[in-house]
Amino acid sequence: MTHLESEIKNLKSEMLEMFALVKSQLEKSKQSLIRLDKDLAREVLVHEKRVNGFELKVDRDCENIIALFNPLAIDLRFVLACLKINSNLERIGDIAEGICQFVLNIKLEPEKSLLENTRMMEMFDTSIMVLDDTMQAFETEDTRLARSVFKKDEILDEINLNANQAVADFIRENPERINQSLYLLSSIRKLERVGDQCKNIAEEIIFYIEAKVLKHKSREQKQA
Amino acid sequence: MNKKLEARNVNVYYDQTHVIKGVNLGIDMNSVTAFIGPSGCGKSTFLRLYNRMNDLIEGFRKDGQILIDGKEIYENGMRVEDLRKKVGMVFQKPNPFPKSIYENVIYGLRIRGINNKKMLDETVERSLRQAALWDEVKDNLKKSALALSGGQQQRLCIARAIATEPSVLLMDEPASALDPISTSKVEDLIYELKSQFTIIIVTHNMQQAGRVSDHTAFFYLGELVEYDETKKIFTNPADTRTQDYITGRFG
Repeated sequence: MTHLESEIKNLKSEMLEMFALVKSQLEKSKQSLIRLDKDLAREVLVHEKRVNGFELKVDRDCENIIALFNPLAIDLRFVLACLKINSNLERIGDIAEGICQFVLNIKLEPEKSLLENTRMMEMFDTSIMVLDDTMQAFETEDTRLARSVFKKDEILDEINLNANQAVADFIRENPERINQSLYLLSSIRKLERVGDQCKNIAEEIIFYIEAKVLKHKSREQKQA
Repeated sequence: MNKKLEARNVNVYYDQTHVIKGVNLGIDMNSVTAFIGPSGCGKSTFLRLYNRMNDLIEGFRKDGQILIDGKEIYENGMRVEDLRKKVGMVFQKPNPFPKSIYENVIYGLRIRGINNKKMLDETVERSLRQAALWDEVKDNLKKSALALSGGQQQRLCIARAIATEPSVLLMDEPASALDPISTSKVEDLIYELKSQFTIIIVTHNMQQAGRVSDHTAFFYLGELVEYDETKKIFTNPADTRTQDYITGRFG
């Protein structure tokens, strides 16, 4: 193995650790919201600092590889993709943190009917699944799996779209729970952004493996 | 569009060794083409075909055609002296003659019998300016070329090569013996000279090939594996052998 290959391998391991950390943050934010577990929410906030630290480390490692090894072709694409994926993952970490901030702010456990009608759990599960698929696609260099992310993101878009009506209906019937309802709607919006970040990551995976640029292409072109 | 330089199904042998294998390559006028590949891949042999520098090597044999401006340069009527007026060459190690800076530049003109002082003076200034050396040596033209630094000597050799106004410039690792500042000057020079010359550069430095050339040709075991725009070769080469070479996985 050349020195550059070993640096690239290390970078990939770091990226997988970052993926796993962010995924765990998202899973914990789900648990903390359902159970109104404020301790778990605080844990996510503390671990967010680790996510930020990881982001800086990956950025620095990418910069060093470019400066010291002048990577080319697939190696260069990999390092460039890692820089962007890193930033997308950090934003997903921010989303998990944001949801936990809500958990710390609300006083009552979320109403079951509101969770059901907004399909909050499905939203959480789907976004975690999409993130997991993206991680698998990155680890195994599977561009088919990466492409499947574009389709799955549509589920998140659809839940997000219908959540407005569900929350409006709930507020009409439970005006005293307006704050909690708005926090929940805001969390759904945030989870919808997880799908967008995963789509960006999937585009970067395809870029580095196939050298195809999918950014700003239509959904059909991306899935082709 | 007609190509400035064209190789058609070229094979080269040194005795029984087949060193260039069926290469076809067209090079545009006023462009820079980099030849890359591991040592012994045939890139320098191929470069030297364009000014017939291989002719005197024992056992050298070639078939196929090499055309410059549409004319076969290996046909009987072609005089090597005339060819080399058209095709200048710069080598890896600076090789100035043990003469003054002035005499080095006009060497090609002198051996053609040109002695008109005004013309020679003009050629010296023009060539040294083109080689980005004029400002450094204009007050010392009678000084020995051997007293110059390595980087200056190499730029003097470039000035000497372009003094006879060739249209093609061959460069065989022209910066490999130079320090980073001189290398950067030679690279800037290549960029400047492109508007007047068709340049081919052999280099082992991938970043240099990326910086100076418009097109890159990758040679491996005597074959032209891939020829494309430099940007394409260094970001997304079509052949896995090219990718393996430029990413340092072999070679």
